[in-house]
Amino acid sequence: MSAKTLYDKLWDSHLVQQRDDGSALIYIDLQLLHEVTSPQAFEGLRLAGRKPWRVSSSLATPDHNVPTTKTERMSGVDGIEDPVSKIQVTTLDDNCNEFGITEFNMKDIRQGIVHVVGPEQGATLPGMTVVCGDSHTSTHGAFGALAHGIGTSEVEHVLATQCLVQKKSRNMLVRVDGELSPWVSAKDVVLAIIGAIGTAGGTGFAIEFGGTGIQSLSMEGRMTVCNMAIEAGARVGLIAVDDTTIEYVKGRPYAPKGEQWDMAVEAWKDLVSDKDAQFEEVVVIKAEDIKPQVTWGTSPEMVIAIDEPIPRAEDQKDPVKKEGYARAWKYMGLEGKTTLADITLDRVFIGSCTNSRIEDLRIAAEVVKGRTVASTLKQAIVVPGSGLVKAQAEKEGLHTIFEAAGLEWREPGCSMCLAMNADKLGAGEHCASTSNRNFEGRQGFGGRTHLVSPAMAAAAAIAGHFVDVNELVKH
Amino acid sequence: MRPFTKHTGLAAPLDLANVDTDMIIPKQFLKSIKRTGFGKNLFDELRYEDEGQPDQECDGRPLREEFVLNQARYQGASVLLARQNFGCGSSREHAPWALDDYGFRSVIAPSFADIFYNNCFKNGLLPIVLHPDEVDQLFAEVALREGAEIVVDLENQTVTSPSGAQFEFVVDNFRKHCLLNGLDDIGLTLQQDAAIRRYEEKRMQDAPWLFLSREQ
Repeated sequence: MSAKTLYDKLWDSHLVQQRDDGSALIYIDLQLLHEVTSPQAFEGLRLAGRKPWRVSSSLATPDHNVPTTKTERMSGVDGIEDPVSKIQVTTLDDNCNEFGITEFNMKDIRQGIVHVVGPEQGATLPGMTVVCGDSHTSTHGAFGALAHGIGTSEVEHVLATQCLVQKKSRNMLVRVDGELSPWVSAKDVVLAIIGAIGTAGGTGFAIEFGGTGIQSLSMEGRMTVCNMAIEAGARVGLIAVDDTTIEYVKGRPYAPKGEQWDMAVEAWKDLVSDKDAQFEEVVVIKAEDIKPQVTWGTSPEMVIAIDEPIPRAEDQKDPVKKEGYARAWKYMGLEGKTTLADITLDRVFIGSCTNSRIEDLRIAAEVVKGRTVASTLKQAIVVPGSGLVKAQAEKEGLHTIFEAAGLEWREPGCSMCLAMNADKLGAGEHCASTSNRNFEGRQGFGGRTHLVSPAMAAAAAIAGHFVDVNELVKH
Repeated sequence: MRPFTKHTGLAAPLDLANVDTDMIIPKQFLKSIKRTGFGKNLFDELRYEDEGQPDQECDGRPLREEFVLNQARYQGASVLLARQNFGCGSSREHAPWALDDYGFRSVIAPSFADIFYNNCFKNGLLPIVLHPDEVDQLFAEVALREGAEIVVDLENQTVTSPSGAQFEFVVDNFRKHCLLNGLDDIGLTLQQDAAIRRYEEKRMQDAPWLFLSREQ
């Protein structure tokens, strides 16, 4: 038998039917649902008189639209002030009731961002196929699961058939060798990778992240890396299963128990690429070379280390790049600025499916502890990824550290990552954000996003501008 | 789904690389629970000066005159010419819904992001990958003459430029078949229900932990 990559193994174990033209039907073990990309799918089922194939494979929670202030959240759905958002959240509740799908609604402590909730509950398991109508579904690949972000028609297709029509991707390995420097996190690693291969570098590929720089990461960190595989163009990000994975899953509410647990663990040990497996592309990055990263432009690939000068359009040789850089410079209002420290920040956002897990909050709290947010900032908010992350953080007293430093402590949701609720940037405002996309208008009309790690966002909140967190913590 | 066979239409050139789906349809319009009505907000931030709101009338909003779809010569365009990595970012199917609702039937670019490319086929919108030089030629020809039309022929897998140059493109057989005939792929997949059940039964034996019920 020829050597297989982890992706090959996951693909083969879920193949229901191979078609002549290269497309295939693959079986889906878990579908996560949220309020934005599911209403039209449920409506489609109703119109065609279809029922979900296997309701136990679905898990739903509202996240994109939910408000994050205490006052709005106190009365659940009724507390949502925006009537359009309210309809969408209510529609999810109604659809889940109608079709018998388990939902963590707004009043449930388990509610949160789908990509935080799935792993937290043990709903996401190694060796699974996971889909969700959200491109950041790649997050779940951190568990050695084959996870695809899909469109709404595919959400409906999976609900109705338990299968996804998919063409096999090509295999890419991104290896991070060596040891990460102090205060350099998973976010810096993945931003550096995107900077190296570009936002289309992974298009058509399933990327497996490996090497000691990846193996040393916690599950939270691994989720951050896989989360942003899509920002490198890859629909799928993957990390091999090891003891860290199994330890994380053990004892979670939906994880198998007893004899089934032992059986599962035995099977999961095979969820690694074979030694001599072939990858069509291999990218190697030295962990020691990675410094804290900050995006300066309007695409995640427009990223530099904190000590680098902002690249200028006129220095670019490629005409498309030159034009893109010029447009980004204008949108980001960078005229007259040469370094990241020259940018005055207006807001700081710590949260999103990329960086709102307990470890992220612990790191941010460690940086701001005993310090005060810069007076020039209009706002700094911390939005935990789920009700359970929030409860854990409060148990550890992190919320009091944040509040003492002048950061707002919010209720769980997607929040300012995509600004579908009230949390957004004003036109021209610069934000240090732990989210995943710095596209034009992403965090609010005319808003200017800079993607960073939780530690760098926390340091920026204190300084009022970007600063190497290593420098800040020295003082 | 509406079938796509052959289409002749006015081409609009969007000369911008890495157009993301946030740009195609900004997040505030994703609050709709319908599949229709997104056309007036297609490229909202590129198209209008002000910040658009859901359910807002768009007639009378201040336009960004320089934006391609606001120019008189491109009114009624149904083929979008685009640059590399078109449709990157969010998986929102609202992006192809908005393009379709506006009146586009096909998008031609040197490359597309995976999820967007896939979503187009589910909505009767044909994404076509051509060689960068061919796309350059189409951009040049369209700029040259007002009213320049492009012919997209799915059956023969060709694109014909305004001057008559013909370019071939590749498309998966299954997708082509569905699009030509306007077939709903859920119905087609359900014809394979026996194969799905067979897989499921075997899997339940091998990995029963994947089939646990989701009781509270």
